[in-house]
Amino acid sequence: MDPSEDAIAFARDDALAAISAAGSLDAIREVKVAHVGDKSPIARANQQLGALTPEQRASFGKIIGQAKNSVVVALEARTRVLEVERDARVLIEERVDLSIPARRTPKGGLHPLTILTNEICDLFLGMGYRVAEGPELEAEWLNFDALNIPADHPARTMQDTLFIEPLDSHLVLRTHTSPVQVRTMLEEKPPIYVICPGRTYRADELDATHTPVFSQVEGLVIDKGITMSDLKGTLDHFARAIFGPEVKTRLRSSFFPFTEPSAEVDFYFNGRWIEWGGCGMVNPKVLVACGIDPEIYSGFAFGMGLERTLMVRHGITDMHDIVEGDMRFSQSFGTGVK
Amino acid sequence: MKAPLSWLREYVSLPQSISTLEIEEAFVSVGFEVEGIEERGKDLVGPLVVGKVVSIEQVLGQKKPIRYVGLDCGEGETRFVICGASNFMVGDLVVVSLPGAVLPGNFAIAARQTYGHISNGMICSLREIALGEDHAGIMVLSEGQPGEDAIALLQINDVIFDVAVNPDRGYALSIRGLARELATALKLPYSDPAQSVSPELLESNALGVQVTIDDPTAASVIHIRTLENFDSAAPSPIWMRSRIEKCGMRSISLAVDVTNYVMLELGQPLHAFDAEQITGSLHIRRAIRESEFTTLDNQLRKLAPTDVLVADDLRALALAGTMGGLSSEVTSTTTKLAIEAARFDPISIAKNSRSHRLSSEASRRFERAVDPALSAIASARAVSLLIELGGAKYVGSASAGSVPVGTPIAFDPHFVSRLLGVAVAVETVASHLETVGCSIKVVSGSVWYVTPATWRSDLLTPSDLVEEVGRLVGLNAIEGTLPIGRAAATLSPMQYRKRGVAHHLANRGFAEVYNYPFVSPEMVTTLGFTGARAASFKLANPISEQAPLLRTHLLPGLLDTAKRNLGRGAKDVAIFEIGSVFRDVSKLAHLSPVSTTSRPTAETIADIYASVPPQPLFVASVVVGSLDRSGWWGGGRSFDWSDATQMALDIVELTGNTGVIVQSELAPWHPGRCAEIQVGGKPVAHAGELHPRTLEALGLPPRTCAFAVNLSEVPVLSSKSAKPIFAMPAATQDVSLILEASIPAAKVQAALSSGAGPLLESIVLFDRYENLGDGKVSLAFTLTFRAADRTLTSDEVSGYRESAVQVAARECGAIVRA
Repeated sequence: MDPSEDAIAFARDDALAAISAAGSLDAIREVKVAHVGDKSPIARANQQLGALTPEQRASFGKIIGQAKNSVVVALEARTRVLEVERDARVLIEERVDLSIPARRTPKGGLHPLTILTNEICDLFLGMGYRVAEGPELEAEWLNFDALNIPADHPARTMQDTLFIEPLDSHLVLRTHTSPVQVRTMLEEKPPIYVICPGRTYRADELDATHTPVFSQVEGLVIDKGITMSDLKGTLDHFARAIFGPEVKTRLRSSFFPFTEPSAEVDFYFNGRWIEWGGCGMVNPKVLVACGIDPEIYSGFAFGMGLERTLMVRHGITDMHDIVEGDMRFSQSFGTGVK
Repeated sequence: MKAPLSWLREYVSLPQSISTLEIEEAFVSVGFEVEGIEERGKDLVGPLVVGKVVSIEQVLGQKKPIRYVGLDCGEGETRFVICGASNFMVGDLVVVSLPGAVLPGNFAIAARQTYGHISNGMICSLREIALGEDHAGIMVLSEGQPGEDAIALLQINDVIFDVAVNPDRGYALSIRGLARELATALKLPYSDPAQSVSPELLESNALGVQVTIDDPTAASVIHIRTLENFDSAAPSPIWMRSRIEKCGMRSISLAVDVTNYVMLELGQPLHAFDAEQITGSLHIRRAIRESEFTTLDNQLRKLAPTDVLVADDLRALALAGTMGGLSSEVTSTTTKLAIEAARFDPISIAKNSRSHRLSSEASRRFERAVDPALSAIASARAVSLLIELGGAKYVGSASAGSVPVGTPIAFDPHFVSRLLGVAVAVETVASHLETVGCSIKVVSGSVWYVTPATWRSDLLTPSDLVEEVGRLVGLNAIEGTLPIGRAAATLSPMQYRKRGVAHHLANRGFAEVYNYPFVSPEMVTTLGFTGARAASFKLANPISEQAPLLRTHLLPGLLDTAKRNLGRGAKDVAIFEIGSVFRDVSKLAHLSPVSTTSRPTAETIADIYASVPPQPLFVASVVVGSLDRSGWWGGGRSFDWSDATQMALDIVELTGNTGVIVQSELAPWHPGRCAEIQVGGKPVAHAGELHPRTLEALGLPPRTCAFAVNLSEVPVLSSKSAKPIFAMPAATQDVSLILEASIPAAKVQAALSSGAGPLLESIVLFDRYENLGDGKVSLAFTLTFRAADRTLTSDEVSGYRESAVQVAARECGAIVRA
């Protein structure tokens, strides 16, 4: 084709019409090839410029450039319009029902006793205590004798103990975590600040409020100048951390062979006093049996049942739920993330 | 100890207006928990009167005996009622509820037509007026006037406090002791019933039964009072019976009732012998001569030489402080009585009671230490009651031993404030100690000698005295202070490990459970445990006779629990437990007793520690079904042996250790699908699919998987230094090998790793193809290499690949797949 103004104007108008008529991005791609590609009329007109005189070349070059430019601009504008249309369509087409119950990792969970134990340990770690643990199958001397519970003391029958055969092996399933306190006092020199969580055993039948296998947490402090006021303050702090800042505690005189004075600790929760555990100042006889000089050191100890704590805090009404291992129970507590 | 308010009032000047709640709070404030309060007679409305039976007419033609009874109720004319009981006759005094009365249980009495007669009221049994359980017949009274108000006569209206008494406070197992505590708590005057008795009037002489304490370790003091002309038919007066029954005991006969009454009143257990059955003198001694003895309850008991007896010159008469003997029991023909009151050694009586499984009202008190001063007083009190109520004539007394003199406690009164952490004035300390019966000798401001009362043998040390003062000051006077701990500790590595593993499993869909560690021998057999896992500790007194063994492994409990979950409708189960197991029964030592009066020697402590078997900490899991269920997105996948193995490996590697999987055979796993995981050549875990036979026997679904990791055996590593992270690009090489199917993949991977050189970053098995025939398999791995300082060329890494293949060829017979 000879480069003529009319021909170029025709090619340009043809291209603009095709661009307007293009209804899809595929069509626009074809339009692009046909009207601005190497074999398009405008491109070929441009290729023929070389054969013209320099004057013609300048004037036609300008005409061709303007034509091409208006085609490219229109092409880009149309492409943008079509892209927006496509995007709108695709995003609508790809819409899904996000509420559909989808593939998930099944729900696991920690037993709430684990969550509670960790919470208590963290509380006391923050207060400068160590977490001490010990064996569940324990020497009678550590479970009883060293705690001022001699063989025929009525206190020894108070706790129905599970004994190992033969009896002269003097092994029992520990009736409390107190033997861990004894071990700590035998192994370490004061100051002693320990919290002892663990499983304990008594010959009770399982019912809605009792279980022969249960968990305790005990605390022991031995240092110079430790008083019952320190015990009370520690229990207050403990109770508030576990049951909420409004909780009050009270001490009632009681008897335990390993503490003197001894007390029961109650806490006031949801409008009533609830028995929580036992406590007192470590009996000097216990200190002596462990080789700690009661003239220099004094100390306090406390202990409470974790199942009971859990039942009160979470409104669990049946002990069976805690001991039977139904997955739904642990699952409902998750992993204790707050 | 049950304490009727009417009885407490006798010794404490309680205001008439005091409420039940105030009394309860008073007891609690001084350390006595009130376990129950019974308001007796609260739901009983009269008229309830005494009636005298004047006529009895049998109503004929009934299936059971029915009587039409004429009663004199002090009304001038005879009242007739129908009665179904037959245990009374004309002239007897009975309790009659008249129309208008309402008996407990909202049982309204009205005149009514029955058995062809008008019944104008009802003759009552003990149960009908809630005085006791007896409903075999109606109550026949031993005293009363026709028409008298029976509610007052029977002293029905009362409040009974059931007070818990701690084992160090034996003295409070009596109205005397509880009244003292109540008076102290309320700061009201107290009169001691023991002080109204005059034992000095009963001098010792040779006329009655004599006594000796042959074994002074068994008793410190004893009194025997002899009486004759006792009328064994004399009834116990209503006031005495009523009190005994309110305290939860039963009325038996006058002689026995008197001993029980005095025990409840003062706290001293007494025993009444038929003195005619005693030959010679009484002796307190151990059972060194006889091997058997029949107690009052007609049980033949085998005696041990340590048992304490009350014997005469010829034979045993009582298991001391625990129960009397059949041969010297007071009967309906007894006329001559010997009343024994002693202060037996608490530990000896505790042994008597425990070895014969015989806990009596007496032994309960003796075990908790009885006031030694009461022996003379309580026996004298019984004498006066038997004379007054049973027409007995006093013969004489004998005694042995003496009341031990209390040892003074050296006491610094400032110790109270020091231990309690609250300022208590010295005067307050003194007054509280005196209130609980102590006498104080002041040597200086900081040196007192405090002698406890005879009934407070539990007060032995300064701390005991602080407890008494603290109790009366009120522990709630103590303000809290918070000591700052000095342990400066973190969790131990094992405690961190336990937490990390628990969270890991919970986040992967496993539910944590805590199982009882009790196992049946059948379970051990079913699981095919051998070696250390088959040798279990056995409980002497198991909770369940079926499960007397302690677990040696966590699987028994987990398998039971898995089954319980399936039984409750769970389709998929994934549970785990972290807990101790009990092994190595060979360590059962036979320790001799160790004193507690000082720290044991290092060797003794070592022996005690060594007597306790090792109790390694395990984590184990049982999985049924899938953790990856099918749904609208497509199919799910069952949890299989490979998942179990990888879970166990994950746990081992969480600790920073490297685990090596070795093919193993260990029951209860499937012999072809059991992996052992080793760390440093030592087994630390087992995992895989359980044995199909075991699953069948347990009623669990096929393909159930399990893993168990001995957390105590997985080494704790010291903190490791960080590896540098190289930023240079990685180069990968794939290699596909053909091998004998019997060659473990782990071995092939290890061979490739060792041959690939130091720049190997990772090796991953990405394909396994079995259907090659000839027992061959193909394994395909991707080897990734990376250098710290340069981009690796393809020539260099194909060289590494070559050398890796050579090692695999040499060690595993691998051939590169074309």
